[in-house]
Amino acid sequence: MADKNYIISLQGVTKSFGNNTVVDDFNLDITKGEFVTFLGPSGCGKTTTLRMIAGFETPTSGQILLNGEDITRIPPHKRPINTVFQRYALFPHLDVYDNVAFGLKLKKIPYEVTNKKGETVTKYRHYTREEIDEKVMRALKIIDLEDLENRDISTLSGGQQQRVAIARAIVNEPEILLLDEPLGALDLKMRKEMQLELKDMHKKIGITFIYVTHDQEEALTMSDTIVVMKDGVIQQVGNPIDIYNEPVNAFVANFIGESNIYNATMVGKLKVKFLNHVFDCVDDFPLNEKVDVVVRPEDVEMTVIKGKSDDSRLKGKIVTKIFKGIHYEYVLIMGKSEIVTQSTKDYELDSEVYIDVEPANIQIMKRSSTENVYPEAWIDKNNKLIIADGEFDVDITQLLKGSHVDDDLYLIGADGKKYDLDDADVIASIDFTDVQIVDGHDKGNVNGTVVETIYKGDHYAVLVRTAEEEDYILATDDTWNEGDLVSVIVEPSKIRLTLKGDLNKYEVQ
Amino acid sequence: MVKKIFGQCYIWLILILMYLPVLVLIAFSFTEATNVGEWTGFSFNLFPRLFQSAEIMTALANTVIIAISSSLVATILGSLGAVGAYYSKKRMRNAIDLATQIPVVNAEIVVAFSLTVMFVFIGNIINTYMFSFWTLLIGHVCLSIPFVYTSVKPKLQQMDPSLYEAALDLGASPSQALGKVVVPEIMPGVLSGFLLSITLSLDDFIVTAFTRGSGLLSGDKKIETLSTLVQAKIKKGPIPPEMRALTTVLFVIVILAVIGVTIYRNQQAKKIRVRRAF
Amino acid sequence: MKSNKVKRFFTLQRKYLCIPYIVFFILFIFAPILIIVFYAITNEVYDAATNTTHIVLSGQPFINFFTDPSKINVLFVSLFIATITTLICLLIGFPLAFFLADKQVNKNAVLVTLFVAPMWINFVLRTGATRDLLTWFGINGGTHPYLATIIGMVQNYLPFVILPLYTTMTKLDKSQIEAARDLGANPTQVFFKNIIPQAVPGIVSACLMTFMPTMSSYVISDVLSEGKITLFGNYIELEFTNKAWNDGSFMALIMLLFIAVAMFISQKFGKDDEKEAGTSW
Repeated sequence: MADKNYIISLQGVTKSFGNNTVVDDFNLDITKGEFVTFLGPSGCGKTTTLRMIAGFETPTSGQILLNGEDITRIPPHKRPINTVFQRYALFPHLDVYDNVAFGLKLKKIPYEVTNKKGETVTKYRHYTREEIDEKVMRALKIIDLEDLENRDISTLSGGQQQRVAIARAIVNEPEILLLDEPLGALDLKMRKEMQLELKDMHKKIGITFIYVTHDQEEALTMSDTIVVMKDGVIQQVGNPIDIYNEPVNAFVANFIGESNIYNATMVGKLKVKFLNHVFDCVDDFPLNEKVDVVVRPEDVEMTVIKGKSDDSRLKGKIVTKIFKGIHYEYVLIMGKSEIVTQSTKDYELDSEVYIDVEPANIQIMKRSSTENVYPEAWIDKNNKLIIADGEFDVDITQLLKGSHVDDDLYLIGADGKKYDLDDADVIASIDFTDVQIVDGHDKGNVNGTVVETIYKGDHYAVLVRTAEEEDYILATDDTWNEGDLVSVIVEPSKIRLTLKGDLNKYEVQ
Repeated sequence: MVKKIFGQCYIWLILILMYLPVLVLIAFSFTEATNVGEWTGFSFNLFPRLFQSAEIMTALANTVIIAISSSLVATILGSLGAVGAYYSKKRMRNAIDLATQIPVVNAEIVVAFSLTVMFVFIGNIINTYMFSFWTLLIGHVCLSIPFVYTSVKPKLQQMDPSLYEAALDLGASPSQALGKVVVPEIMPGVLSGFLLSITLSLDDFIVTAFTRGSGLLSGDKKIETLSTLVQAKIKKGPIPPEMRALTTVLFVIVILAVIGVTIYRNQQAKKIRVRRAF
Repeated sequence: MKSNKVKRFFTLQRKYLCIPYIVFFILFIFAPILIIVFYAITNEVYDAATNTTHIVLSGQPFINFFTDPSKINVLFVSLFIATITTLICLLIGFPLAFFLADKQVNKNAVLVTLFVAPMWINFVLRTGATRDLLTWFGINGGTHPYLATIIGMVQNYLPFVILPLYTTMTKLDKSQIEAARDLGANPTQVFFKNIIPQAVPGIVSACLMTFMPTMSSYVISDVLSEGKITLFGNYIELEFTNKAWNDGSFMALIMLLFIAVAMFISQKFGKDDEKEAGTSW
């Protein structure tokens, strides 16, 4: 059934807590010896996925196969998988040696003996003291802490505790090592060192590592394969270079590295228009398709304009200049839009430059949606539109040309027919530009929280999520921060409705 | 400076006033007079008399047996309760927390009276006399069990919840994980709960007086503990001279315990300081 | 999102550990209380015709309590002694805890242990010692029952006041006091406008730990007043010896009502404090 080459396969794994789906239809195959990173913002389901692999959670549906065998319902202590926990979870009442030896002392190893009848039978025994000693010492050597075996856990620094946690896991010779944001508690310098060390250790031990982090730089540095997740759904799987250079959507592009993201339109064969300028590109999309475009700051070439400027080229003015050590970071404006660039060259502030981008460096992505669509909306008895926990005033006369609403809230057609739209199911759609948000709760149609903002050169795309997990995407010039509590407002005339089913069934006789 | 002198004087004044009755009793344990306040010459005779008094020795032994047995039961039940509650759903946990508060604030006389009434009630139904060592044990467990729960609970809350999972992850079965990781983590709380139970049991009078039956070293008679014995004696007259000697002995034990605890604490503190120096 | 949405699979086994605890509580804490309530609202009626007694729902225990002046008197005397004792304990204990917690005045925590240590010497013995001493000084229960009782109560319950107050005092926010001084408050103002409000949880739990036990105490009043003062606790004991289950239960029920009020107060204010005091014994 499953390919034996894969050490672990997740097949259609879904996890819900009540109504809240945290991991949605997760499919992934991991080959032996790979360093795989689950990357995503907090709450994207990466840790839950890891916990299902470890056995702390049971998937709501789907299967987890280890070497082709179903381990979905096997408890954690029977899986050949070990975990390095976020805050290490070292046992405070044991010293370094006993922490590392914890798993070994519990393990039972099979051995074969020939009994009186001459048959070979498998019996189980514990490791001997010497075997444990040897293994613990070897593990402590790998993590460079040989001399600290008798130290109390509370006397170790964060970095040392981190190493002990790793030793405690690898000493059991697991087939897979799971690491749950293991460097989160360390300071920046220590973190960088440990990244390289972990990578090194992975090479040395040769087992499969599955690593969870929200730090894109960590993921790029260490992984063979990165799995980018958002809202419990895999966005993209690929090696670091592909993920960086060819993000599949604006979310991935924004999450990995720094990027300029723009709304663009295909204006010809391999021609894309953004920043009011037509660029050559290498991605083939249908004519007039609305797309998202990503340009990495280091891919923007700048040339100082000398003499009379060439109006056919894209020009910008440097408004910010920050020295970043190896390079400078510039912000350029052109009209209403801006672009972030990086260069090792030193340009004067306020200088006018030409802007060029190599066609291969323009990454064009299919836009997931161009408007907010709510297929589960309905009309209540007051002719208000209900979208999950939101209640909107809406113009229902658009459902029938020439109609009006009478005093009893019936929809009256031009032909005098009377319709009662109470409880009518509709599909509502709202353009990104027609959604407005204001600060604070209870000031609009529905309360929500800003969960994502992407800068698109001249405006922000802001994703607002309500308590009932309904999303509103809006385009705005204002800056909002993730976590802001807001109220969503939509003008009645801006909501487009499509009735599900025929209008006639709502006719009142 | 004035504040310092005044403060220290105040502290010592109150301390002396608090200890005065006991100190006077101790002073008069070295004379054989019947009443406190009469000095009939220095004598150690009260001490041998104390140890020869079968009555007092029986009461002492009973007291210790009840204290230890009831504390063991309370500690086991209370600790299990705290661990179970910690891993229960929030609503259940809150309910158990609230229920635990009831015997903490409840008056001892109400605990004693209600338990006794219940034993009488059940005894009437099954036509037996219920009161024995076991009813006394239940009474003492009722007194101390909530305090065990409240001393174990904070230890569980301070524990890193992933420790248990880490143990599972390293191959421990759920019961091994509980025994090898969770139990050592909450041990300080369990111990202080046990000590608290011992204290409450040693000191108790009302519950003992209500729920005791015959048994233990008292044989066919009602179980006599130190509290009930002293109460019976002082109802009739002044504290018997042998008991003054008993006070001295208890006082010395308490002072030794305080000194021991202080030394132990200082050493612990030193250890931590040494570790920090690394 | 990690720790609480956890492991339905494994919790099943661990949470069952509290079953013995719950069973114990139901059998020996709740069932007795229910029986008390049952007795408090019923009465035994003797039926001469059949020569049997019946238990009937009855307001008799209620009537017996509120029509008996001696019982009402017991209630008021208990409230009076409990109030006086609590006030005196607070007056002595508050400055004491303040000084104990002040690093300038008291450098070693051993002193605090010394205040708690008497609790380890048998309580009945201590009460006897206090009585014998007072008798020696000429304040005997026969002549001064109230004075002797209150002295005994204060003597016994002072540690219960000192502990919670001391715990609160050690946690006083020093920077608030300094800020108050900086803003021009004199020491008296600092004390009343800053220290006391900060210490409210400790004061509440100290009051509860004194008031309720005093009201329901049995030994202290019995020994020190030589039987001249009857508190609630003594009266319940009396009903018990007389086997007046119904009347005794009704009085216990009144006590339970007081306790419910106390529980409500302690839930509202210094809940954490009381617990810490409990564990630091």
